[in-house]
Amino acid sequence: MSNRTPPSLFDVEEMELSFGPQHPATHGVLRVQLKLDGEKIVDAKPIIGYLHRGTEKLFETMPFPQCIPHTDRMDYVAAATNNQGFCVAMEKLLGITIPPRAAYIRMMLAELQRLASHLVWLATHAIDIGAITPFFYTFRERDAILDLFEEYCGARLTLNTMKIGGVPFDLPAGWVERCSALVDGFPAHIDEYEELLTNNRIWKKRTIGIGVVSPEDAIDWGLTGPPLRGSGVQWDIRKVFPYDRYNEIDFEIPIGRNGDTYDRYLVRMVEMRQSVRILRQCLDRLPEGPVIAKIPKVLRARDGMVYGSVEAPKGELGYFIVTTDKATEPYRCRVRPPSFVNLQLLPDMVRGHLVADLVAVIGTLDIVLGEIDR
Amino acid sequence: MSDNEKTPPDHPPASPEPPAGPAPEAAPAAADAQRPAPTDDEKAAKIAAAKAKAAAAKATKEAAPAEAKPPWEDKPVTPEHQDASADPDVLALAAAVEGSVLAADRFAGDVTVTVPAEKIVDVCRALKSGRGFTFLVDLTAVDWLDREQGRFDVVYWMHRFDDSKRIRLVAALPAERPIASVTGVWRTANWLEREVYDMFGIHFEGHPALERILTWEGFNGHPLRKDFPVEGIDTGAAIYPDVYPPGGGPLRPEELEPPEPKAGGKGES
Repeated sequence: MSNRTPPSLFDVEEMELSFGPQHPATHGVLRVQLKLDGEKIVDAKPIIGYLHRGTEKLFETMPFPQCIPHTDRMDYVAAATNNQGFCVAMEKLLGITIPPRAAYIRMMLAELQRLASHLVWLATHAIDIGAITPFFYTFRERDAILDLFEEYCGARLTLNTMKIGGVPFDLPAGWVERCSALVDGFPAHIDEYEELLTNNRIWKKRTIGIGVVSPEDAIDWGLTGPPLRGSGVQWDIRKVFPYDRYNEIDFEIPIGRNGDTYDRYLVRMVEMRQSVRILRQCLDRLPEGPVIAKIPKVLRARDGMVYGSVEAPKGELGYFIVTTDKATEPYRCRVRPPSFVNLQLLPDMVRGHLVADLVAVIGTLDIVLGEIDR
Repeated sequence: MSDNEKTPPDHPPASPEPPAGPAPEAAPAAADAQRPAPTDDEKAAKIAAAKAKAAAAKATKEAAPAEAKPPWEDKPVTPEHQDASADPDVLALAAAVEGSVLAADRFAGDVTVTVPAEKIVDVCRALKSGRGFTFLVDLTAVDWLDREQGRFDVVYWMHRFDDSKRIRLVAALPAERPIASVTGVWRTANWLEREVYDMFGIHFEGHPALERILTWEGFNGHPLRKDFPVEGIDTGAAIYPDVYPPGGGPLRPEELEPPEPKAGGKGES
């Protein structure tokens, strides 16, 4: 009797829990294998690949212009910046200069897309933490942005709205005025969201000090975008390697101080205000002229490898294109997805926190699984 | 048409040129006899006006962009490969690690340094600590299938914050040969190397946990290798090994005889 093992039920120190892949708070099909001590996270292991569609393999089989619709499907809440990244890389490879009007239209679409993407982030991030109200406000404005996209190119999500050498169409009549009205009203909407959250005691309690990343760690782990800037590193591709005509635009890069979830939230809120500022300048200065450069019907590249990147809402989105001589299709097209690299840090960010904070950290990284898995 | 002829003053000088031609044939002879003189005058005036306008337009066009077409209306300028061995970072790297720079190329503004695969960790360390490349942007591979100097290219590129400079390293690697992991230099490399392992089957020695990342353990083959079929393979074998033959069967009936290159993609992992 004495050597009988005691009942093990209360001696279990670690429990394994599979969080996702079918969980609304994982923003897609992300699975996180958790090791828990009570409600405290001892270790976390993200498991990805549920949405892998072999996009990079598909790129190798189709002519350059046909790749663009496939880029839409990666970060599906920010299709315009995906298009832009591919086009920027291709223009670098082929030596194309795009007309100024095309560059301005691209910047406007990209900034509208950044607003739309940040609105989705804000809505889902807030709802994960328990604030349901912002969702209704943000989706109201997001819908207005998607209406503008629809008017321009006919699609709302998978836009396929940029071409190598420019943009496919000129702006429809009245678009500039409608966009202008939206842009003018937008700062008031951002004030509305901030009123709901910025000084909200529950929001602060759930976000301050959660998922802290030091600037050194952020660089060593290759973070880009708002997670990097939230840690206090002032770095933005739009400033560092200006593409299109961002060098003509006046805007600032917000940075955080503490590198926690609350700072990343503030950084994104200021980024939205800066996007509005960029949009205002684009609308005011929109030049006349053609919207697409004179490029050959069949695009042929020479042998070489180029890397072109843009500042997507999630971070640095880069396309690495390798071509053989006189090729009409990429020999290899690698996508550097910001979400993939940013997600790597998740275990370090959640270790020692509670399960409920995992949801906040996933939200603050602003991941999109379509881009991670490609 | 006759309306057009009667109201020339209302029209801008350049636009109603065509009616002047067929008009004499269509109009009756009397009208024709009455009007030749004014028509000629009008014509001459119009032509003169049009010429002046075209000349003016030409003049402004030539004056504004300084007798050159804007770059977007001209042919694209294909970038050239240039020698980049004089780049200060390349020189410093060559001095820091002996025999590390096999070639240096500048293409479309990107500096690409070809380095030997055996020295990759030394090279990366030298670049990070000696030259301040603290940020690994990306790491990937390219499959060249039948290339002499090795089947794969493992590609690294890194960023320096001080002056926003980027440099790319390319290490040629024969198939089935491992390469040292750079996770000890930049932690970013962890998942990136796992992805290269998963997609190309390149082994990284010294990686803390080299597992498949986008496909699952037990998946047959490495999808981004050039001899892996684009349409995919039947993955049933991995899930139901009793029902399916080992190695997986092809998808379509006509593929039941697997083509030769496929054999290379199988059997690993």
